[in-house]
Order: sequence, then C-alpha cells, then structure tokens
Amino acid sequence: MSTIVAISTAPGIGGIGIIRMSGEQCFEILDKVFKQKNKQNIEEIKGYSIKYGFIMEEEKIIDEVLVSYFKAPKSYTAENMCEINSHGGIVIMNKILDLCLRNGAELAEPGEFTKRAFLNGRLDLSQAEAVIDIINSKTEREAKVSIDQLEGNLSEKIEKIRKIIISVMADIEATIDYPEYDLEEVTNQKIANILDEVDILLNSLEKSFYNGKILREGISTAIIGKPNAGKSSLLNIILNEERAIVTDIEGTTRDTIEEFISIEGVPLKIIDTAGIRNANDEVERIGVNKAKEIAKKSDIIIAIFDSNKRLTTEDREILDLLENRNAIILLNKIDLERKIDIKEIKKYNKPIVEISTKTRDGLDVLYEQISKMFKLNEIAIDGETIVSNERHKTIIINSRKNLDKARETIKNNMPIDIISTYLKEIIEELGKITGETVTEDVISEIFSKFCLGK
Amino acid sequence: MKYDAGEYDVAVIGAGHAGCEAALAAARLGMKTLIFSISLECIANMPCNPHIGGTSKGHLVREIDSLGGEMAKNIDKTMIQLRMLNTSKGPAVHSLRAQADRKRYQMEMKHTLENQENLFVKQAEIVDIKVEEGKIVAVETNLGAIYRVKCVILATGTYLKGKIYIGETSYESGPDGVAAANKLSECLKNLNIEIQRFKTGTPARINKNSIDFSKMEVQEGDKDLVPFSFEDEMPKIDQVPCWLTYTNSKTHEIIRNNLHRSPMYAGVIEGTGPRYCPSIEDKVVRFADKERHQIFVEPVGLDTNEMYIQGMSSSLPEDVQIAMYRTLPGLESAEFTRPAYAIEYDAIEPSQLKSSLELKAISGMFFAGQINGTSGYEEAACQGLIAGINATQKIKGKEPVILDRSDAYIGVLIDDIVTKSTQEPYRMMTSRAEYRLLLRQDNADLRLTEIGHDVGLISDERYNKFLEKKKNIEEEIERLNSKIIKPTKAVNEFLSKNGTSEITTGVKLSELLKRTELNYDLLKEIDENRPELDRQVKEEVEIMVKYEGYINMQKKQVEGFKKLEKKLLSEEIDYNEIKGLRLEARQKLNKYKPYSIGQASRISGVSPADISVLLIYLEQKKRS
Repeated sequence: MSTIVAISTAPGIGGIGIIRMSGEQCFEILDKVFKQKNKQNIEEIKGYSIKYGFIMEEEKIIDEVLVSYFKAPKSYTAENMCEINSHGGIVIMNKILDLCLRNGAELAEPGEFTKRAFLNGRLDLSQAEAVIDIINSKTEREAKVSIDQLEGNLSEKIEKIRKIIISVMADIEATIDYPEYDLEEVTNQKIANILDEVDILLNSLEKSFYNGKILREGISTAIIGKPNAGKSSLLNIILNEERAIVTDIEGTTRDTIEEFISIEGVPLKIIDTAGIRNANDEVERIGVNKAKEIAKKSDIIIAIFDSNKRLTTEDREILDLLENRNAIILLNKIDLERKIDIKEIKKYNKPIVEISTKTRDGLDVLYEQISKMFKLNEIAIDGETIVSNERHKTIIINSRKNLDKARETIKNNMPIDIISTYLKEIIEELGKITGETVTEDVISEIFSKFCLGK
Repeated sequence: MKYDAGEYDVAVIGAGHAGCEAALAAARLGMKTLIFSISLECIANMPCNPHIGGTSKGHLVREIDSLGGEMAKNIDKTMIQLRMLNTSKGPAVHSLRAQADRKRYQMEMKHTLENQENLFVKQAEIVDIKVEEGKIVAVETNLGAIYRVKCVILATGTYLKGKIYIGETSYESGPDGVAAANKLSECLKNLNIEIQRFKTGTPARINKNSIDFSKMEVQEGDKDLVPFSFEDEMPKIDQVPCWLTYTNSKTHEIIRNNLHRSPMYAGVIEGTGPRYCPSIEDKVVRFADKERHQIFVEPVGLDTNEMYIQGMSSSLPEDVQIAMYRTLPGLESAEFTRPAYAIEYDAIEPSQLKSSLELKAISGMFFAGQINGTSGYEEAACQGLIAGINATQKIKGKEPVILDRSDAYIGVLIDDIVTKSTQEPYRMMTSRAEYRLLLRQDNADLRLTEIGHDVGLISDERYNKFLEKKKNIEEEIERLNSKIIKPTKAVNEFLSKNGTSEITTGVKLSELLKRTELNYDLLKEIDENRPELDRQVKEEVEIMVKYEGYINMQKKQVEGFKKLEKKLLSEEIDYNEIKGLRLEARQKLNKYKPYSIGQASRISGVSPADISVLLIYLEQKKRS
C-alpha cells in the first residue's frame, strides 16, 4: 500500500494542528522532513512515543513540532503511522503536508485512514457501514469542490495543456501504429520544444498554488485611501487582532518594511506599511499618487473611505483604481453619521464592507470577505489562475515530474515509444483533474488528424 | 427431417481465423470438437488484406504462438514477403508484418485442422443453438443434424446477416461470394442477446498483367528475416515486392462527383464503420485538403495474378470504381477481377461477455472474433484461442484463463471490449496498451509460455527449451552486470571509434551496453570469452539491459495495477444490495458484472468512492 498523508484537524485557526501519515514508507518520508532534537534511528524508537524536533525544508526550519510514532500493527490503520503536531494555522500545516507529498507520500482519499483501518482488520465489522458513510459524505463534499473547480478556469487551463500533449502524442502514435504511411516523423527536438512550452504552463500553475507563491510570499495587499480615512487604524487593529499571525519581514530599506499577516488562513503581505503608519509622514500626504503606485504592485486592494464625508475628487480617483482588480471597498467610521454617496460607490461593483476602526464593528465581515475571496479554489491574481486544492497541486507536481523524466529520456536519446510513455503519464495525471481518459482521446485525435487505414 | 448426429464436447461455428484457433485449441486439449463452415473453401480465408501482422497485430500473433496457437506457424509456412516495422522506434513497437500467399495459407490451415486428432471438420450452416435451463445443449445444422454439445463457440465473422453494398446494388452475402448466415441471428435474438450492426469494406482486386509497375514505388521485404513463431526456424522464401502509388486530384474529383451514388453517403448503410478503415470516399470527404492518399498494391499469392489495392476500399458503383482506380499512376488500364464493396453484418454487444469470452447469461456459450465487434484476423485469432481454451477449462471444471492488461495485448483487447462496449469495430493499437514497454513482441514467449504450458497447449519439449532460453538470458545479464571493463587503450579506442565517450575507471559491461551508441554485437570487440548465444537470447539481453530503467518503471506501475486485479468479484453479487454504492454504479456493475475490482474501476460510471465501497464489501464478506 502507498503511504498516505492528510491534515487531520479541522480547518481554521486552532492552537495546534495535526498532520497524519500512514503506510509502509511513513517513517522514511518522515525522516526526510523531520529533524529530531536528539536523533534516534527508527529502530530505537518505540511505538506510542513522542519526539521533539523541527520540520525542515532543506536547511530552513518550517515549524517546531512534536511527532507521535505508532508502529504497525499497533496504530489506527494497523500500518506504520505518525502524527505531526504542528503549530496550527493553515499556512504551516499546508507547508508540512506539502513537504510530505514532495517526499513521496500521497494525499489520502476521503475516509482513507478509516478505510485502511477496516481493511487491515482494525475495525469491527459493524463499523463497515459507518466507514462507507464517511467515504460517501466526504466524497460528496469533494465532488462539490471539484464541480466548482471544473466550472472555473483551472480546468480550462489543464485542458489546454492536455490538448497540446495529446496532439503531439497523436502524431507520435500515428507514426507508430501506421509506420507504412508517409507521416511526418516527430523529432525529439520537436517534443522537447513542446515539453518546454508545457512546463512553462504547468510551472505557472504550480507556482500559483496557495501553498506555493502565495503562502510563501503572501498576497500583496494595498491599503489605500485619503489621509485620515483610517488606513493606519485599520492596520493597527488588524495587527493587534489575536487571530492574526504577525511577522516582521525586514526589507533592505525602511520603505519596504512589510507586514505579513494571516487572516483566516489567508496570508496577506501589506505593502508600504511604513507609509501607512506614519500618518503625518510626507508619504501619506502625497495621497493619490502614492496610492496609484502601491495599487499597481498589489494583488488585492483594500480601499478605505470615510463614510462620514461626501466623496471627493480624490476619492473618485481612488475608486477608479479598483477597476478590474481584486478589491474590497471599506466604509469606515460607521459609528458616525453616514454622508457618503453609497449609490455611486455601488456602481463600482466591488464588495462593500462597513466598518468602524474605532468600535471594531464590521471587522468580522471584512475577514469573512477576504477569506471568501481567497478561499475559493481558484482566484485570479494578475490574470493568473490559482490552484489551491492540494490534490490538484499534487497532480500538477507529478505531471512535472513525468515531464522531467520525458526530458531526460530525450536527452538520453531514447526511442520515441519510451518518450511517449511519459507523455501518456502526464496526460493521464492531468486527466485526474478533468476526469478524462487518455487512450480514447489520443486515438480520436489520431483519426481526426490523419487519414489512415485500408 | 431432424436426426441425432451424436455427442461432442465443443462445437465451433465458423472456420475463419477465430474459429480455427478455437477448434484447434479445444481439440488439442482433448475435447471432442466440431468445426462448422458454410463452405470449406473458406477456411482461414483472408477476404480483405492478404497480410498478417503489422503494428500491435504482430504482437498478437506472437502471443498466440506463445500460448500454443497456430497462426504464427501457419504464416511462417506461407509468407511471401516479410518486414519488421518500426525498427527505428524502440523495442516496444517493433512489429512483424508478412504478406501471405492467401490460398496456401488457407490450404495449410485446412490441412492442419483435418489432421488434428479429436477435430471433426464439417461443411454445414448452423441454424439453431439449443439452450436448456441456461445451458448449451446442442446445435442444429440446416440439414437437420442435431449435434449434442457441452459448449459452443460462435466465430461467425461477417457472415451473420451479411449484406454487401456496391453502389445502388445490394444483396445478402458473406465475403467472397459465400452465402450469408441469416438464421443464426434470429436464434441469438431469441436468446435475448443484444445485437448491433457493424460495417466494414474492402478494396478491389486487379489483375497484375494490367498494372504498369514502372510507375509505382517498389517496397521490398527485409534482408534478415525472423519467423513469427518462437519455435520455427526461418524458412527460405523467395520474396515478392509490394508497390506504392498515390491518388490525385482526378481521383478525388470522380469520387466527389459520384458521392450521391455511395450507399454510405446516401444513408442506405446503417452500420457503424471503423475510423481506422475508412473508405476512399470517407478519406476524400474528411480530409478534403489532402492532395493525395497513399495506395499500396499487394500480391494476393504466388499462384494468382490478383493484386490487393490497399487504401481504396469503397462502396461506390462498379463503373465509378473502375474510373477512379484508373486515375492512379500504374493503374491506367487496370482490369478488375473483383470490385470493392462494403459489407454490413450483425455483431453482439460484447459487454455481454465475461473476460473468459463466455456469455454471462448462457453457460457454455462462447463468442470470438468479428462477432464480438472486433476487426482484423489477428484480433479474431487470439479471441478464438482464448475461447477454445476456456470452453475446455469449463468442461474440465477448471478456472478460466484470463490474461490481464499487464500480461498481453490479448488481455488489453478482451478487457477493452468487455468493459467498454465498442461503438465501432475494434482494432488493436499499441496505444491501447498501458504497459507496452513490457508487452513487446520479442518477449511474448517470456510472458506467456508458462501459461500455455499450464493449460496444456505447449509441449514439455518446447517448454524445456523455453526454460533453457530463459536461463541463458538471466545468466548473460548477470555476466554483463558483473564484468568490469577496464579503461585500457584498446577499450578507449573502441569507444571513441564508435562515437561515445572514453572511460577513466572500470565500468560494468552492462553500463556500456546502455549507451545509445553501442549495442550487444558491437561490444563483442571488447568482450573477451563471450559465450555463443542464439539470436533470441541476444536480442532479449540487449533490450532488457538497454531499457532496464524504463522497464522497471512499468513493472512498478503493474504492481499497483495488479493489487486491484487480484480482488475478484463473484458473478453472483447483486450490486443493488450493496449499501453505499451510487445508483449509476449499481446499474453499471449489474450490467457488466466485472471480473475483478480492477476491471470494475475501468467501467465508466464507477467512481473511486464506489471502488472503496466494493473493497469494504469484499472485506465484510471475507470476515463473516
């Protein structure tokens, strides 16, 4: 059986989070990501014991953790198992999960731990139905997610990539299955070029993964607004909120000091906090020009307005910046009388959140809104598709692994049928997202492209 | 008047490529076997192309041979040209293809049948199959003879309600002027077997005296010939060439101007034709921008002037055919001996079959070949062999022989047709095989001889020779892995002479063999005291060493695949009673009755969650 891994604690920000892994190679994989404080070999470690140490990505510490060891058959699944107790937070848990996946584990199917427990004889027969229920209910949820996904543009992009490979594969397979016809032979160089093209596409999808680019770098967030609209108050209350994880990332100059915060698991990198904090600073006074500049650099814009005042030309210029961008309009100071022209603001067609930085009313709604915008399985940042589903990311990573193998095969000057084997793997892997099979696709393509047969 | 014609074990209906293999296998395994053909002149006939093998089909022929079938030996005896295709494309897709002397092929096969102990060859049309309590009991001929049998294998080819179309003319007939079998279809319908209507076609034959070959490109056979059968020594043959010519704008114009006279385009033919066997009308319509199409001219035999015109199958009227054929360079004054035609025939919906090729609903009723919706002689033959083996296994009370997708192309073919219900005639293609780096034509014997021997079709003598070959391969690989080549001057001169980098430390011989610039024969120069090995062993060693990494990768994939293949599902299961399966899955599973959980997972409409539910169901059953 393969080794499976999953985040076992419910999503949301808890004190700790548990990542669970089960299977033959469980300890081998663990060994690659977990550095024990006092190193012991797995033979020396007893079942039911706990070790302290660090989850590492190469030389970088990801988290300080406790790991529980369970040795087969004395575990929930009756296989070798471990549970990594991390410091919670979807960012870190996803990172650890990601490391396990990269080192050879597979993402657990819905209910798979329980299924294995049952198949390995750990659960009572009467529990079988319950297991089925778990599988089905989780699957329904997953199915819903994947339907959402299919409607989005991820599947479109995947389909586009598949089509590129299917097309070249049809070329190859046609020459293989119909050698007597004068079809153009597909050269290794041509395949290499196509692989480069595909790799760029896959790479941008992989990079876009939540856990990848965004989780590492945060979503560039601009808080813009006229002086005294409440930018710095907003920043300060967000930073003081218990729910936010705050890290200072020291930049090269004072100007680029950035705050990295996580709201409902969504990592935001607030740009130009220096400018925001020093309310009396020159920078702040520059107002709209500055706003334009930082808005350009951001993935999401939080535009803040004083609801106690009528819209000014400056406000309208700021509103104009929001066109075609991910943006939230914040109406601040709702504790005061409303004077702002709400009808006009609504015309900009962006989510509007009413808030008071003074009483903190509406802060929850803001968090919810941010979470809603970025918890979706795909979001568009700079027009890029974002992959956020862990399963899909694994698929993309596996596809790229096969792509590398295909390249290596080309480099080694291997015959075309072997190269084609890896191309097939890529299409098959990607087909797991779009739910299509390779063989028929390729065969249909062969016969639609070429005129073959007696 | 009906009469009792006696008791037998197995009756095979049809003596084409499927029927011959089925009958030989059953008889060789000790079954008292009958084989019926409407005309004994049609045994092992090739009503279409006069060749055997080709990509993936060559693989099938070698697999048939490894299991103890006849096709490879018969073509080895009767070929008049041989080529190994795809030699530039890697070992998995090398394929043997031979031009057959069609009449000699038939005569040899007929003679083999006649000489086979336990086998009774009869010219008769079977008009009825008698079933009692869900079991086969007898078959009845058109003359009223009732043969009591335990199993029947239907291998009727394109004869069931065969109908030929040539332009505005159509008539009931099987291929080559032999009568169609019209009554058996009704019998199948009465047995509640689902029938579908398929279509295929064949080009004209032309007298070679009327062909100007100087206007065509010649295609000679290979210089070094290897036989199809692992058991045969290559016979000496005088090869005859094939020829290549092309259609042109005039050809296409004639076709376009007469499309309304094609029964296909006029909507007269209702059957589904295969995409890979398009008529010339189809080609011209579907690929309108293509300026020319390749046309191959193949000899039909040594004792005939007839030439087969591959690429020109058509259902246009004869006068149009003659006009369009005569536009081809070399065919300007072509004389037709037989016109091209399209043929419609009845086939069964193959998802009604088990992987053993037995009908799920009727015990002892097996189907093989074109009646299962496949196309091609080789596809038919391998099904015939499996049906013959499994009818025997059934009578002997043994488990059926089921090859899986990692064992053989045969396994891929049968699994495809029983799980996917073909919508058009099914042709084998290498792209259908997931594990094709393992399913090579060179190692068919390594994959299947063991099974053939267990079944009883491979003699002990051949089996022992096979074990010897296997041992030689293993020992030679072992030797290459342990022999270290030192970086001597001679060695490095050898390496640079062959365009590959020199070595500075000792290197395993097997590592050198992996280099693309080198091969087993070349390495002889630096490989002292090399043992003398035969061709097959050397070939196998070379491939296994050279592609080791890739082969191992597929072996690993197969391990994963096998886990679910080994979890068997009984036919008795009523999927409506399994809680947790989705409705669609229940319906599909009840319809297809998959053989294993792996096979269930390939049925469209069965989701991974359903597979989990099935796994739990099996575990529940095991424990209670």
